[in-house]
Amino acid sequence: MAVDQNLKIELGKQGVFVTTIEELYNWGRKNSVWPMNFGLACCAIEMIATTMARYDLARFGAEVFRPSPRQADLMIISGTVTKKMAPQVVRLYNQMGEPRYVIAMGACAISGGPFKQGYNVLKGIDRYIPVDVHIPGCPPRPEALLEAFMTLQKKIDEQSLTGEGRPRHLDAEAMGEFPVPDLGEHDLEPASNKGVWDVPVVIR
Amino acid sequence: MKTVEEIKAAILAAVPGAGVTVVQNPGPAAQHSLLLDAAHAVAVAKFLRDDAELNLDFLSNVTGVDWPDKEIAEKVKVTKQVEKEVDGALTTVEETVEETRKHVQPGYLEVVYHLFSMEKKHGPVVLRMRTGNRSDQVTLPSFTPVWRSADFQEREVFDLYGVVFEGHPDLRRILMWDEFKDHPMRKDYVDPDDFEYEPTAHDEVLKRAQAHQEKVAAAMEAGQ
Repeated sequence: MAVDQNLKIELGKQGVFVTTIEELYNWGRKNSVWPMNFGLACCAIEMIATTMARYDLARFGAEVFRPSPRQADLMIISGTVTKKMAPQVVRLYNQMGEPRYVIAMGACAISGGPFKQGYNVLKGIDRYIPVDVHIPGCPPRPEALLEAFMTLQKKIDEQSLTGEGRPRHLDAEAMGEFPVPDLGEHDLEPASNKGVWDVPVVIR
Repeated sequence: MKTVEEIKAAILAAVPGAGVTVVQNPGPAAQHSLLLDAAHAVAVAKFLRDDAELNLDFLSNVTGVDWPDKEIAEKVKVTKQVEKEVDGALTTVEETVEETRKHVQPGYLEVVYHLFSMEKKHGPVVLRMRTGNRSDQVTLPSFTPVWRSADFQEREVFDLYGVVFEGHPDLRRILMWDEFKDHPMRKDYVDPDDFEYEPTAHDEVLKRAQAHQEKVAAAMEAGQ
């Protein structure tokens, strides 16, 4: 139930704080998103720069990079996902506890980038795991990562705790574990996870 | 430093019976190389490393090269007996005719080694070895026991070209995964067909994306 904004401000002036559980819960969640300590290629350098004093990711409550997937909420796929690495990335994602979010950082992570036509690079990590925010760029500047982070915070803030778009940890039906692709004789098998990524229709 | 011809002479003096051929480089670099036969290659390598004058103690680079089967068309002048009408009567006349003859030059895999001397500050000396063919005779001797730095690079050549190095202590794939079957740097390698989504396809990519769409459409029709 939404509280009238003007009434809320008026009550605030009188020293009365009114909120909803949803608002309070999401406010807490969005300001303590802990990323996983994990980088794949040159984008990781920009990610590290973002955490340092000049750009200071700590301003958004995300300074604690967790070296274990069990303690992390956010996976920043920072760099080229090779086909050899893809099963490990999916496995790490599976090991993260809900609620978990994914930022695909840079051209390689979102589509394969300059290596798209290569035989050894995955054409976008969104083929295997759901991605919340995509950042283009090669590599994206720290400002772009901050923008993506703020977009993710906005997304968390707007999540309703009940109904269709509720977070996956509040949805008993939600997919918990995502199939890890096998290293096949010629390519990864399967080439994408059904239900996670459907081939977009290209209009020519 | 000695020229390739002098090195060849030194090798032949030290390793009797070794097959050494000088491969000329016609370019301005004129970096000629020595083609070794597989049977004596390790003995030759040990000589090049241990010889007091050459002292090639550093292997800087190992390269693989794939030379696929090549069809060569040659124009040959052939003298033939041709029946012709000359002045109303059939007579046999000798005539020179130009014919194109095609023959296939069998392909092979080649490994190139670049050697330097840290001690004498000279180099490079370029060595080459060739396999018998590209399918079943792909074994070459490993230089890893002679130069330790050949280890990972020979594994890479094994992974991407399929050259099997005999005497290598740990010959596994290094870049691709162990279950992988192909050799991606060979000229006849076919990439996996993951062209299902190409939003801005053009040129070669567009052709491949269209070929993929046609394949999917044909599979759909066959399924129905």
